[in-house]
Amino acid sequence: MRLGSGTFAACCVVIEVLGVALFLRGFFPTPVRSSARTEHQAEPPAPEPSAGASSNWTKLPPPLFRKVVIMLIDGLRDDFVFGSKGVKFMPYTTYLVEKGASHSFVAEAKLPTVTMPRIKALMTGSLPGFIDVVRNLNSPALLEDNVITQAKAAGKRIIFYGDETWVKLFPRHFVEYDGTTSFFVSDYTEVDDNVTRHLDKVLKRGDWDVLILHYLGLDHIGHVSGPSSPLIGHKLREMDSILMKIHTSLLSEERETLVPNLLVLCGDHGMSETGGHGASSVEELNTALILISSAFERKPGDIRRPKHVQQTDLAATLAIGLGLPIPGNSVGSLLFPTVEGRPVREQLRFLHLNAVQLSKLLQENVPSYTKEPGFEQFKMSERLHGNWIRLYLEENNSEVLFNLGAKVRRQYLDALRTLSLSLSRQVAQYDIYSMLVGTVMVLEVLALLLLSIPQALSSEAELEVPLWSPVFSLLFYLMFLVLSALHVIVCTSTESSCYFCGLSWLTAGGVMALISALLCAVGSALAKMFADGKFLSKNPAHPKARWSELDVLILLGTTGHVLSLGASSFIEEEHQTWYFLINTLCLALCHEIYRNCFLRDDCEPQQCSHVEEGFVSPAPALQDRSIRCNMLEPHRVSKGPTSLDTLRGYEKWMVLASPWVILTCCRLLRSLNQTGVQWAHRPDLGHWLTSSDHKAELSVLAALSLILIFALVQRRCSLTSKVAMALGLLGVYCYRAAIGNVLFPWQRDSKDISKGVIEARFVHVFVLGILFTGTKDLLKSQVIAADFTIKTVGLWEIYSGLVLLAALLFRPHNLPVLVFSLFIQTIMTKFIWKPLRHDAAEITIMHYWFGQAFFYFQGNSNSIATVDVSAGFVGLDTYMEVPAMFLTAFATFAGPVLWASHLVSFLSSETSSGSALGHACFCYALICSFPVSAYIILVTSLRYHLFIWSVFSPKLLYEGMHILITAAICAFFTAMDQTNTKS
Amino acid sequence: MKDTDIKRLLYTHLLCIFSIILSIFIPSFFLENFSILETHLTWLCICSVFVTAVNLLLYLVVKPNASSKRSSLSYKVTRFLKCCIYFLMSCFFFHVIFVLYGAPLIELVLETFLFAVILSTFTTVPCLCLLGPNIKAWLRVFSRNGVTSIWENSLQITTISSFIGTWLGAFPIPLDWERPWQMAIERKYKMCRSLYVCTRHGASHCPQVWPISCTLGATFGYVAGLVISPLWIYWNRKQLTYKNH
Repeated sequence: MRLGSGTFAACCVVIEVLGVALFLRGFFPTPVRSSARTEHQAEPPAPEPSAGASSNWTKLPPPLFRKVVIMLIDGLRDDFVFGSKGVKFMPYTTYLVEKGASHSFVAEAKLPTVTMPRIKALMTGSLPGFIDVVRNLNSPALLEDNVITQAKAAGKRIIFYGDETWVKLFPRHFVEYDGTTSFFVSDYTEVDDNVTRHLDKVLKRGDWDVLILHYLGLDHIGHVSGPSSPLIGHKLREMDSILMKIHTSLLSEERETLVPNLLVLCGDHGMSETGGHGASSVEELNTALILISSAFERKPGDIRRPKHVQQTDLAATLAIGLGLPIPGNSVGSLLFPTVEGRPVREQLRFLHLNAVQLSKLLQENVPSYTKEPGFEQFKMSERLHGNWIRLYLEENNSEVLFNLGAKVRRQYLDALRTLSLSLSRQVAQYDIYSMLVGTVMVLEVLALLLLSIPQALSSEAELEVPLWSPVFSLLFYLMFLVLSALHVIVCTSTESSCYFCGLSWLTAGGVMALISALLCAVGSALAKMFADGKFLSKNPAHPKARWSELDVLILLGTTGHVLSLGASSFIEEEHQTWYFLINTLCLALCHEIYRNCFLRDDCEPQQCSHVEEGFVSPAPALQDRSIRCNMLEPHRVSKGPTSLDTLRGYEKWMVLASPWVILTCCRLLRSLNQTGVQWAHRPDLGHWLTSSDHKAELSVLAALSLILIFALVQRRCSLTSKVAMALGLLGVYCYRAAIGNVLFPWQRDSKDISKGVIEARFVHVFVLGILFTGTKDLLKSQVIAADFTIKTVGLWEIYSGLVLLAALLFRPHNLPVLVFSLFIQTIMTKFIWKPLRHDAAEITIMHYWFGQAFFYFQGNSNSIATVDVSAGFVGLDTYMEVPAMFLTAFATFAGPVLWASHLVSFLSSETSSGSALGHACFCYALICSFPVSAYIILVTSLRYHLFIWSVFSPKLLYEGMHILITAAICAFFTAMDQTNTKS
Repeated sequence: MKDTDIKRLLYTHLLCIFSIILSIFIPSFFLENFSILETHLTWLCICSVFVTAVNLLLYLVVKPNASSKRSSLSYKVTRFLKCCIYFLMSCFFFHVIFVLYGAPLIELVLETFLFAVILSTFTTVPCLCLLGPNIKAWLRVFSRNGVTSIWENSLQITTISSFIGTWLGAFPIPLDWERPWQMAIERKYKMCRSLYVCTRHGASHCPQVWPISCTLGATFGYVAGLVISPLWIYWNRKQLTYKNH
């Protein structure tokens, strides 16, 4: 099948998007969620089940404990308490564990073993997924149903001392708090002293119900010197004395009030043998959990191994202990020993409440919940429970009652365990199989793209896609069968849930067929390349073209950028990479220009050869292999030397100055928005402008920018769109004035701030109008098939429509970014690309680089926090998902999109050869898919990295979004290419 | 081109390398607590003085292009003054380029300028010694196939490798290796930090590292160029043919 390179590239990118989507679905499993998250309060607690006679106990049971102290020690792994270290350094705790009134457990944490998700898990009882972070973009606060929120709603007074993360998660929940931060890990005494110093005062006071202490020192020591360091012992001893202090104080208070209190000692995650955490080794997953209360039975002194429980169980237990409803998303089951001492009726009531909550969660998340064994067990035990209540109310024989009670309790416990297990299985780990299938698809597409470089960049811009012959080959069917068999085996044997297995068989089969077809295509392309290579090697007369410096730079830059994605710091500071690359690109262009200008007279022959290379350049070495290269030769020479000589004086000076102008622009833009992590706190122009003191300056700047935008855009528009553009930009200013960002000169102070819906819609109308005019022109050029200029104007109008939309969505201090973008494009077009006659591939890659750099100039970064969500509400009265998402995505990726659309309009207006657009599309697809594929592999291998949530996952989401946008851009390219070939 | 030429080239280059090594060790005899990283700026000055001196000395002794026809004193003086002006200009030029690359504009001016000085020492000074203040010749040497002797060829190689070294030296800047482990823990907060741009940790706790990595990169690049160029020329002595002007 013969395809144009553009069409081929677009198809490839679309397949790649599918692969990336599958990978993302496997990488970010959707968490188990209950739909009723906010209106939980309104819901009455489940009444006691009954058979026949109705029970009168419908309220929530009263709290078991008066006060609860949670002492969370960061990185408290189980053997620090239960192992030899615990015996040695924590004598009081060991005494409590062995002989005191306490229950001890080994609580297993889930991935990722990093503090913040673990705090969430402890307090919500759910298994937080990364997707949660994306869902509530606006606030880092925990919106999910959790114990703290419930306690606050119930009027409990909560005091917190320790890690600042809690204060961010629960911003208005604590009546008193002191968040400690530490940037010096070597500081492992002061962080803890800052917590302990409040302790004496607080323990004496009686005006609180819940006290939470988060000690960081132990984890710091682990990071500094590992778990076997002598410092650990000191720290454990300190913690032991603090525990003793709290416990004795609680006990002395109990003597007065006679109501039991609860002291919880727990860790959030463990510590690996090297001292870090984040991965899934046993040492990192197992944490100590000890519940201490005088309500518990004193143990006779037997040393049993502590039971293994889930970390999520604590939330349900705390909720029951404080007499609160269990958090809706909790997948944990009640730690039964805590309620063992209560009367049987209460025990059963607690178990029932927990089981009802879990089964409700199961109903909402598993469609075929009635078939789940846990649900059946729950129904049965509920029936038995009802019987037991009837007997109890009838005051039946106590022995029968006792036996039945024990049976019901056992049944409930079984049901809880099964329910909890099947719920946590939904999210427990990475869905490796889906990730693998996605990766294979992406890699195959990349291989196909790489192998087809020589053909796709030939002058015809067409290539033979070896698709039909392999489809009928034996290899294809064999592959298909093997893969299907593999799919069946994997899906039937896997224990955890798997998204790809959950797809229908037809879809899965389709994906398998696609994978095997791609593999066959790659194979035949490879075979063909080898055959060509052999043919070429027999033909030694073929000249070896050398690479120009620019090509070397482009290749090195791309590889370097891809390699840098493996380091978290480089991902955080990716903007630096791009700024560095475009600066170097400008200097390389400068070098090229100067050499062309000054050395032209001296060494004419060399220059000619160099200029020729400029035309061959899209990966000339690869092109060597192509036979078509030979046919290209005369065509290339006929283009002749660069046109630098023909320029007049003034223009020549402009050409010489242009790289410096561009460099200066980039430097100015760089200081507009500081982004990234390390230098994000530095003062920048953007902050200066947005501060309320400088509103006048901001207004002037915005107005000036809008005028400049009009001046730069209007010159190639038709008259109607010129007028529309002017009115639209005026509307932008009115919109910003209406929402109070900027001022009109006659307006002294902005009193009436509205949402500016009317003004924004006014601009939207013009955007649509300009886009419509452009599309109309494009269609006209296709129908008439005569006038070339109409098409150029149409493309430019579409581009200017996008510019207008960006001007509306950008914050006012970012409008200069748009101006500079237009300005640089104009300069590059006029003074660099045209005179130096770069070929389509080079121009494409330059556009791509500048697009990426402008993505960061806008103030974006690779963390989700910098997404400007407010852009989604421009012109909308209420939140509407689809337009809001579209607008936000456009505002975020405005840089790359604008540069890509400029590329289309530039190439179709400048170059006479029809293959330019195809080449450009192919290059764009290739250069975008290269980082994505590499990054997918990197992330898979780094999935247990400590920063996987904080650094790598957001970047993965950005890359996914980027490839989606690339697909759209490539489709646009292809559409333009089609109209081109038809006309 | 003879092997003796290459041998001379090698010796001069070894002398240059030796001068850089000396600039590391000699000052510690005279100055208290001198070390490259701690008192970086001092080292930069000393190193640049040493390298310049050795280059001048070699130029006077070896005289690679003994084609100076006129040798009147006034001509020599103007030539020398011109060279000085060119050197200063190149320092400012490099300074401007560093600022364009993102070096701070107002703060740390001295650091940036000394960085520019050392880079000029590695690149401009040899050019001035060899080619004199003659822009055309410079452009010729630094374009493809423009060299006319092994001296120019080695000049091309050392200069380009100094630039590449500087370029690569900028890469470690975003990495946080300087603070080896303070960072490891800091990362724990990154989850919350990256959720909304955090402004709380001031610049105070970061030790000043600019422009250490770049200057070291430039030095390594220069040394590598000095080592590579005689070897490369020796390797390719059959293929290399120079046009005589």
